[in-house]
Amino acid sequence: MRVLGIESSCDETGVAVYDTAAGLLAHRVYSQIELHQDYGGVVPELASRDHVRKLLPLLRETLTAAGLGVRDLDGVAYTSGPGLVGALLVGAATARALAWSLDLPAIGVHHMEGHLLAPLLEPDAPQPPFVALLVSGGHTQLIAVRGIGEYELIGDTLDDAAGEAFDKTAKMLGLPYPGGPELARLAESGTPGRFRFARPMCDRPGLDFSFSGLKTQVLLAWEKSDRSDQTRADIARGFEQAVTETLATKCRRALAETGMRALVVAGGVGANLRLRAALHTAAVNDGFNVAFPRPEFCTDNGAMIAFAGALRLAAGQRQDTSIAVRPRWPLEELLATTPAEPLTLR
Amino acid sequence: MSGWLLSLDTSTEAVSVALLRAAECYERFELAPKRQAQRVLPMIDEVLAEAGIVKSMLGAIAVGRGPGAFTGVRLGISVAQGIALGLDVPVLPISSLAALAADVIDIDPTLTVLATIDARMGEVYAGCYRFDAQHGVQLIGDECVGPAHSVPLARAERWGVIGTGWSAYPEFWSPRIGAPEFADGARFPRASRIAELAVSRWQRGHGIAPEFALPAYLRDKVALTEVERGVR
Repeated sequence: MRVLGIESSCDETGVAVYDTAAGLLAHRVYSQIELHQDYGGVVPELASRDHVRKLLPLLRETLTAAGLGVRDLDGVAYTSGPGLVGALLVGAATARALAWSLDLPAIGVHHMEGHLLAPLLEPDAPQPPFVALLVSGGHTQLIAVRGIGEYELIGDTLDDAAGEAFDKTAKMLGLPYPGGPELARLAESGTPGRFRFARPMCDRPGLDFSFSGLKTQVLLAWEKSDRSDQTRADIARGFEQAVTETLATKCRRALAETGMRALVVAGGVGANLRLRAALHTAAVNDGFNVAFPRPEFCTDNGAMIAFAGALRLAAGQRQDTSIAVRPRWPLEELLATTPAEPLTLR
Repeated sequence: MSGWLLSLDTSTEAVSVALLRAAECYERFELAPKRQAQRVLPMIDEVLAEAGIVKSMLGAIAVGRGPGAFTGVRLGISVAQGIALGLDVPVLPISSLAALAADVIDIDPTLTVLATIDARMGEVYAGCYRFDAQHGVQLIGDECVGPAHSVPLARAERWGVIGTGWSAYPEFWSPRIGAPEFADGARFPRASRIAELAVSRWQRGHGIAPEFALPAYLRDKVALTEVERGVR
């Protein structure tokens, strides 16, 4: 079964074709980062406008790369939430209408399920059960994945997401948008240990996160400092260390509490090299497996949507011809719609 | 350039779809604010069933390309793009203001028409139209967005006005237009009119590939940069 996947929940347009027998056939992502740079953040209306301009050309390019025409497709999957409503609607409407015109089944995919399953696109991917760390600009969650489609939220952030903390901290330090990756780059030239910030919520039991206090600590340190370039880099390093160590501590706890032996990491912050290193070290020390999607599948992409959609279509799930998006869609509510039988490709 | 023309419009509070071939026309029109996305494809299935035809008999897609509600305009364009890509047929993007104007011209082709849609934020989308035996419904000047007291208007003696922009700002229009010979401030663009306007263009070979069928928002400044906000 060849499934077209379309992602348009925020500021990336993603298109991919996944074949349940042959794997990923082609994928393309167009990032709007430059478009939003002058605004200091994603402007929802501009994001929607760009999706509608870019989606079809990207779709044609992806099909060409896969050597396919629209008539070679067997199903269409699209991100139906959570995300920016206008942006979601462009992908959902185009995808649903395309499927309608070809009499193909269509399915709306939960964006976070896409991220959660993205590591499974890789060869030698761990199979459930595993713990997933979803860590992005909008999420910091620990999820116990008992089977595909069987998710239990076991840890969540009480305030800022980790990626959001990166972006906001970068802004405080005067770094250009999008600040997160910029801050990580700067941290590489920082002195480890010169600034040590508290590891939030690590001194008490539980799997929840909180990053807003850390942001305040950084602000105070920056305001009291000489504000030199080196200090900025040193603070960035201290901040990054606090975040990555906190994430690693909670992952180890989650594995211990669930008794699971594998960790998968997904979401934009999953591309952070220090986080990867910290989790690799923890994996060696504690004896668990850790898997990351390739960096391009950490950020938003169509491949993960095509993959998650293929699983659900193969299980017989369908979206009727109404075009529906859910800008706010807690992952827990996806659980209620999950079939009793775990989803598999066979 | 054969077969049926499918037309759709979701640019305002209404959702409408139509099928047109020669003198045959089938239409569904609903006032369904916030439910256009839910309704548009099922409504197309309904008109196809009523006409007794199948998708493969569609030869082109016409769509209301705005101006109107941003999200609604994009919905219509996205649906048209998706269908046209799947069926490999051309798209004819049609102005929602021209579709409104055609309603008046159908009643009295000698009037100059102001078609106007409430754009919120104290502004309207507006365009002036006249009927011309050779070219049909013709835009005079440009479509634009602005306050009702200052958007440019054509020179005319006898006016017909149509659309929600009229009923939203009567106090600003009346000094400029006086008492029009025809006025309806509660009319929305309809897919059947869009189909009528599209069909001659289709016949002249003006259908375009779906990726080139894009919204006309008119209001293009939608956010301030950091520099404009004075934060950088």
